[in-house]
Amino acid sequence: MEPIRGTVISVNGPIVKARGLAGVSMLDIAEVGPERLIGEVIKLDGGIAVIQVYEDDTGLRPGDEVVSSGRPLSVELGPGLISNIYDGIQRPLVDIAKLLGSYIRKGVKVSPLDVGKKWRFTPLAKPGDAIGEGGIIGEVRETDSVLHRIMAPPGISGAVEFIADEGDYTIEDTLYRIRGSAEYIGRLSAFWPVRKKRPFRSRKKSGIPLVTGQRIIDTFFPVAKGGTAVIPGGFGTGKTMTQHALAKWCDADIIIHIGCGERGNEMTDVLNEFPKLVDPRTGRPLMERTVMIANTSNMPVPAREVSIYTGITIAEYYRDMGFHVAVMADSTSRWAEALRELSSRLGDMPAEEGFPSYLATRLAEFYERAGYVETLSGMDGSITTIGAVSPPGGDFSEPVTQHTTRFVRCFWALDKALADARHYPSISWIDSYTEYIDEVRPWWNALDESWHATRSGAMNILLEDNRLQQIVKLVGPDALPVSERLVLFSAEMIKNGFLQQNSFDPKDMHCGPEKQLMLLKIIVEFYDEARKLLSSGVDLKSIVSMKAASELIRLKSEIGDGETGLIERYRQEMRVEFGSLREMKAGKT
Amino acid sequence: MISEIEYSGLAAINGPLVFVERVGNVGFGELVEIRNSSGQLRLGQVVEIDEERAIVQVFEGTTGLSLEGIRTVFLGKSLEMPVSREMLGRIFDGLGRPIDGAPNVTSDRMMDINGLPINPYSREYPRDFIQTGISAIDGMNTLIRGQKLPVFSGSGMPHNTIAAQIARQAKILTAEEEFTVVFAAMGVKFDVASFFIESFEKSGALENSAIFLSLADAPSIERLITPRAALTLAEFLAFTEGMHVLVILTDMTNYCESLRELSSSRGEIPSRKGYPGYLYSDLASIYERAGRIKGIPGSITQIPILTMPSDDISHPIPDLTGYITEGQIVLERELFNKSIYPPIAGLPSLSRLMKDGIGEGRTRRDHAGVAAQLFACYARVKRIRALASIVGEEELAPLDREYLKFGRVFETEFLSQGPDEDRPIGTTLDIGWRVLSMLPETELYRISREDIGKYYIPSMGD
Repeated sequence: MEPIRGTVISVNGPIVKARGLAGVSMLDIAEVGPERLIGEVIKLDGGIAVIQVYEDDTGLRPGDEVVSSGRPLSVELGPGLISNIYDGIQRPLVDIAKLLGSYIRKGVKVSPLDVGKKWRFTPLAKPGDAIGEGGIIGEVRETDSVLHRIMAPPGISGAVEFIADEGDYTIEDTLYRIRGSAEYIGRLSAFWPVRKKRPFRSRKKSGIPLVTGQRIIDTFFPVAKGGTAVIPGGFGTGKTMTQHALAKWCDADIIIHIGCGERGNEMTDVLNEFPKLVDPRTGRPLMERTVMIANTSNMPVPAREVSIYTGITIAEYYRDMGFHVAVMADSTSRWAEALRELSSRLGDMPAEEGFPSYLATRLAEFYERAGYVETLSGMDGSITTIGAVSPPGGDFSEPVTQHTTRFVRCFWALDKALADARHYPSISWIDSYTEYIDEVRPWWNALDESWHATRSGAMNILLEDNRLQQIVKLVGPDALPVSERLVLFSAEMIKNGFLQQNSFDPKDMHCGPEKQLMLLKIIVEFYDEARKLLSSGVDLKSIVSMKAASELIRLKSEIGDGETGLIERYRQEMRVEFGSLREMKAGKT
Repeated sequence: MISEIEYSGLAAINGPLVFVERVGNVGFGELVEIRNSSGQLRLGQVVEIDEERAIVQVFEGTTGLSLEGIRTVFLGKSLEMPVSREMLGRIFDGLGRPIDGAPNVTSDRMMDINGLPINPYSREYPRDFIQTGISAIDGMNTLIRGQKLPVFSGSGMPHNTIAAQIARQAKILTAEEEFTVVFAAMGVKFDVASFFIESFEKSGALENSAIFLSLADAPSIERLITPRAALTLAEFLAFTEGMHVLVILTDMTNYCESLRELSSSRGEIPSRKGYPGYLYSDLASIYERAGRIKGIPGSITQIPILTMPSDDISHPIPDLTGYITEGQIVLERELFNKSIYPPIAGLPSLSRLMKDGIGEGRTRRDHAGVAAQLFACYARVKRIRALASIVGEEELAPLDREYLKFGRVFETEFLSQGPDEDRPIGTTLDIGWRVLSMLPETELYRISREDIGKYYIPSMGD
C-alpha cells in the first residue's frame, strides 16, 4: 500500500493535528516529523487528523511531514517474547540500551524480536493438510518451560501448500504457505493490532483457581483462572509487593507484567530478582515464563496508555497456544490518568474528577479480554487479569476504583493500618470479596471435603473479632467475657499464623494449597476445642499459655510445602495437651 | 542552523503566557527570547504551536510586558544550560544563571534541562547504605544511595534543619566518599535559603555544593525550571563525572502551585484541588531523575522537601509524591509539640529500599529485626495510648503500662537527638536495644533468638 502523506498544522504536547492525510483510518499508525516519531490517529475531523504521539515531540513544527502506512498500531508476536522487557509500544529495552546507552532517546526504531536469532522449528502439519484459523503449524522450544506453538493467524485458513522441514530458522524466513481465498505466506512471527481482541471459539467456565501461594488470597479470596481481580491501595500499602508476590508464585504458565507509569527502580528489582528465583513447578528461573512491559512514570504518557493493550495482546497470543496466562497491570490508575491527560488536551468534556466519560467503557473492554476460553484450535487457554489501582489519598470512592469494581469479580482491598503495623500482605479480610467461591469450590473439595467449612469457621472468627475490636477500643479487652477474649486470641492466631506471610522467608514466601488448608484447619480446631474447654470451666489463662498456642503461629515458617505431614504431628501433640487440660479439670472437680 | 527571525509585538498576554502571531518554522518546546522596549531580556518556551500562532510561557513572568514594542526571537532549540565541575561552590538563580557576582560559567558541554528518561534496564538497583547520623532515619527508615526519599512536613516544623543535618552528615561507611550537594530552593523565603548557605559554609561543604535559588519574590513560573536545572547539573556530576550527588529540593509544594497557576492560565481541565491532571507525570519527570546507572560509579540521591497543606497527607502533592518516591519521612506535629527533635513519625514513615541495603556486611545483622520490632512495639504503644485516654492509665494491664514507658523512652532516647549530633549506626542500634530491653524478652517476636541472646539487656525492664 502506498503511504499517505500529510502536514503537521499544530502541536500541543503529545497531541498533533495534521492536514492532508486523505484515506487514513482511525487508529492507524502515523509517523510524525523528520525523526518519524510513532503516533496513532485518534480523531478524524473533516480534512484534519488528530494524532497521539508516543514519544517526546519537542522540536516538532507546523509544516513537518506526517506519513501513514494505513496500518493500525500492532505488536509483533513470535518466539523471543519471553524473558524480554519492552516499553509501552513494544520496543525492546535491552536492545535499546545496547544501541543507545543508558537513556531512552526518541525516534529509535528497533525490531521487537531478535531478527538474527535462529529457532529450532518442528513442523506439525504437512503439505495438503487443511488448516483452520489459529490451527497449529508447528512448534518452537522458546524456553525450557515454554513450548511455543506456531499458529495460522486468525482470518487465515486453507490448504497447506508448503511447509519447511525441521530446522533452524529466523523469524523472517518463510516457513509455510496456505492457500485459502488468497495465498498467505507464514513466518515464525506475525503482527496483530493491539486494540483488537484476538478471537477464540467460545468462553468456558473455568472452575480452577489461580493458585497464588498467598494464603489470604487462595483460601479466603480466590480468583479463578480466567478471572479478574483488582488490588486497590494507597501508597505504601504494598500494592507492588503483592503484585510481585503473585507474579513470582502463581501457577500460571506465562506471566505478563505491565509496569504502567510506576517506578524505574521497581522494574530493576524485578529484572534482578526474576532470573534468580526458581519456579517451584518447573524448576526453571521465573524469567523464563515472564514478559515485562515497562513504561515507567517518566517515560512518555501516551505510550503508557497503550502499554496495557500491548501486554494483553501478548497474553492473548499465548492463551491461543493453550497456555494459562496471568496479566499483572501495575497500575491501572496511571493508565486512566494518561487517558485523562490526552482527553483533556483533545478538549473532551470531562466527567468525574476530570476523567473522560468513556473511562468506564475502556476499563470494561480491558477486563473483558480476560477469560477462560476454548481457542480456535480447540485447546483450553485462559487469561487472568489482576489490576492494581492507586486511589488518590487511599479513597476507594474515586472513579477508577469505582468503575473497576463494576467489571471485576474479585476485590483485594489493601489496608493502611495493616501496612503501618508491617502486616503483609496487607489485604483486608473485612473489605475484600470474591465472587469465585462457588466456582472453585469443587476444585478445593477434591483436595479436602472440609475446605468450605474450615474457611467459614475461620472467617466467622475474624468477623466476630472485628465486631469485638470496636468494643475493645472503648473499654479494653479485659472487660470482655472469657468466651469473647478467646475469639480475640484465636483471631490474633489466624492473623499472625495464617494471614500474615513473609515474602523474604524461604519457607513462608510460597504456601501450597495443602499446607494452607492444614494450617487453617489446625487453628480452627484449636479454637473449637478451646471453646469446649472454656464452657466446661477451664480458665482462659491455661488455654492461652498452652505450648500449642505459641507453636501454631510459627508453623507457617517452620514447615515447608513438601513437609505438610509434620503438621499432623503438631495436631496430635495439641490434642494431647487439650486432653491433659481436660483431665486436670476433671481431677479437680 | 535556523535563521533567527525577530517578531515584533504580541497578540495577547494571559498570566504567564504570551501569544505571538504569524510565526513560521517554530517548533514545540522551543526556547524563546523576549525583549521589551527597554531591552530587558526574558526567556520563554513554546507550549503550543499551530500555523498561525505560538503560545509562549514566560519564565520570568509577564509583569511589565505590553502588546506593542516587544521583540521575540525563537531560538530553534529547547532550554539548555552549560554544565561543568566549576559550578560547584557557586550560587545560581532559578534558571541556572550565576548570581554570586563571579563570572558566567563557560563550558562547551550544554545539556537539555529536561533530561532523558533512564532506560529501566540500565538502572542499577540501589543498595548502599547512607549513614545520616540520625537514628530515626538510619535505624528505621534507612536512606540508600540512589534513592528518592522525600520529607513530608508541615509549616513551622524543622524540615530545613533535618535536611541540612543530612547534607552535613551523610556518608557511606564502606568508602570515605564525600557527597556533593546540589541544593534547589523554589519559592522559599530568603532566610530559609541563607540558613542552608550558612549551614553549608559552617561545615565547609559550600565549595562542594551548587545552589539554585528561586526565592519567594521571583516569578512563580521560574520555579518550574529550577529543579530541572539543578538535576541537570546533578546528572552531569553523577553520570559523567562519577560523583555521588545529594539533591535537596525545597519546597515542592511551591513548585506544584506554580504548575497549577500555569495550567489554569492555559485553560486546562483541572483534576483534584485545581491541580492539573498531569501533576503525577510532571512530578515523576523530576523524581525519577534519581538513581544509579549500571557501569557508572556516580549516583543521585534525592531529598525533596514538601510542606503538607494543613498537615494533610492525602493532599494531592504528598499523595502523588508518595506514589513515585521510594518511601517518605513524615514529620509529626504531635512529636514536634512535645519538643522532640527530629519529630519523625514512627508509623507513616517508610523506606522502600531499606530491605536490601541493611544487614550483615552492610550495617549489622540485627538491623532488620530491631527496626521491625521497634515499628511493631511503637504501633502497639499508639493503640494503648488511645485506650489509656479513655479508661485512664491506672486501669491498664501491667504489660500495657510497660509499653507506655517504652513509648516514652523510645521518643526521648531513640528519636530525640541534637541537630549536630552525628550517631554512628552501631550507636543507633545499641540505643534501640536499650529501649527494647525495657520490654520482656518474650515480646520481641520479630527478632531472632540469636540476636536476642547477643544484645538483649535483661536488667533494663526493672
